[in-house]
Amino acid sequence: MTKASAKRPAHTAWRRLKKNKIAIVGLFIVSLYVACAIFAPYISPYDPTKQNLAKSFFSPGTEHFLGCDEFGRDICSRIIWGARISLLIQLSSVILALLIGIFLGALGGYYGGKVDEVIMRFMDILLAFPGMLLALAIVAMLGPSLRNLIIAIGIYSVPQFARITRGAVLAVSANEYVIGAKAIGESDAAVILRYVLPNALSPIIVQTTLRMATVLLTASGLGFLGLGVQPPNPEWGTMLSSARMYLRSAPHVALFPGLAIMITVLGFNFLGDGLQDALNPRLKE
Amino acid sequence: MIKFIIRRLILLIPVLVGVSIIAFLMLHLAPGDPAELLAGLEASAEDVAALRVRFGLDKPLFIQYFMFLKGLFDGSLISLKYEMPAASVIIPRIFNTLKLACASIVVAVAVGTVAGILSAVRRHSIVDYLSTTMALLGVSMPVFWWGLVLIMIFSVYLMWLPSGGMGGLRYLVLPAIVLGTSSAGVIARMTRSSMMEILRQDYITTAKSKGLPSRIVIYRHALRNALIPTVTVVGLEFGYMLAGAVLTETVFSWPGVGRLIVDSIMARDYPVVQASLLLVAGLFVLVNLGVDVLYAFLDPRIRYD
Repeated sequence: MTKASAKRPAHTAWRRLKKNKIAIVGLFIVSLYVACAIFAPYISPYDPTKQNLAKSFFSPGTEHFLGCDEFGRDICSRIIWGARISLLIQLSSVILALLIGIFLGALGGYYGGKVDEVIMRFMDILLAFPGMLLALAIVAMLGPSLRNLIIAIGIYSVPQFARITRGAVLAVSANEYVIGAKAIGESDAAVILRYVLPNALSPIIVQTTLRMATVLLTASGLGFLGLGVQPPNPEWGTMLSSARMYLRSAPHVALFPGLAIMITVLGFNFLGDGLQDALNPRLKE
Repeated sequence: MIKFIIRRLILLIPVLVGVSIIAFLMLHLAPGDPAELLAGLEASAEDVAALRVRFGLDKPLFIQYFMFLKGLFDGSLISLKYEMPAASVIIPRIFNTLKLACASIVVAVAVGTVAGILSAVRRHSIVDYLSTTMALLGVSMPVFWWGLVLIMIFSVYLMWLPSGGMGGLRYLVLPAIVLGTSSAGVIARMTRSSMMEILRQDYITTAKSKGLPSRIVIYRHALRNALIPTVTVVGLEFGYMLAGAVLTETVFSWPGVGRLIVDSIMARDYPVVQASLLLVAGLFVLVNLGVDVLYAFLDPRIRYD
């Protein structure tokens, strides 16, 4: 495949994406979130972990834009630094899931038969644990820590990627250029990496974006349960978990981290939906 | 049909065996000695040794696995915290979760289908715009936060509804709304797209050109077929609620199985964690099978074999 022809579909997709207002809003939210994560030390007004009991439950205002929490820590700074933790969790767990999922899915879809059967049955077993239960079980087993959270969420996302990849590989493998590549004696690995996967990429990209949203919800949910990132680290779900005790006296402490989660998840969902429409135009009305 | 169900049930066996192996291995894959994990941090060496014998941890792994399965059914798998058979601890909790899930699915179906139909019928109107945005908001909202917001409004400020616990119908309202919200969003999105798909079909055009009023075309001809995919989604969502209730149950102190799992993890009550995982996953798989059967039943185009 030449470079120009490889570029063109991405170009068309980008043109379609640009026309979709909701997708652009999503892209904007996601960019803002990533910027917060990268530039946290430069843009956060205060130290996110510095306690100042004189200011505990300080109301939102000019001095502290979003107020202070029970230890007088600046909530706005904590949310900005929280973006860094969340993005780290999302990226590393999704990359982990992508690597394992694409490998298993491509293997099953390409070879079929017994290999496929075994892999997919194993995925069925993982999928038999509904929702976040699998991640919960893995964290419970390994103990709560940032590393274990990433492993747990990564493993719990593997079946989705394996299934999507398998489906896409099955669809692509029947094409003449794949059969041709096999016929001229290319090795299986070369055929999969050079001809099959690049052409099976669209559904994987869409799934990755949408999965970033789910992963953020799961990670913050585990944080809320006390099984995710541990305090005093400013993870958004963990922040909500302690804020819960002060709903009556200081509702703002719980309000803002939740809004941060919702807006970020919404951004990934907007972008994912937009990518879906841009990459699979046939599905659009 | 019966043959189809039996075949599907047989296919479930390897999945359930796999699930039970994972649930069983949880304790063994955890870093550290299982007996020490069970005994807790303050336990003496004698306690650990006694536990090792009591739970058969000195036996080979596959014998322990069969003891685990047997113990689940004959009551010899004992909860460390409640000191009674794990199954007797879990089953009442599962019923509480089912109660919550049933109420939530009613909320989700009522809101989701109405919103989905309205936005498909009035495409690109304000109604469509609002309902699709709300649907995506519902899907994107962290349930635990949504629960806290509703508690703040309806329990703390307005004092209309209790903020947690289980009792009469009043206690069910907020948790059911919270747990049903994201499903309502999923159902609305599904209903909208399948309804739009159906409205494009030839037989709808035929019905319209016969001069039938659009109300009859939409509700008599289109809706019945459009709701078939929705039924599947409703079933799947119901299955997810069984486990997704973990967060909702925690926020509202609802004594369901999700909260039991979290509490048991905190209390290191491994037998209950393992048994609940197995039972919830088993229930989830059965619900999914039920959904498949129902789908095949509703859509005559689907073959059972």
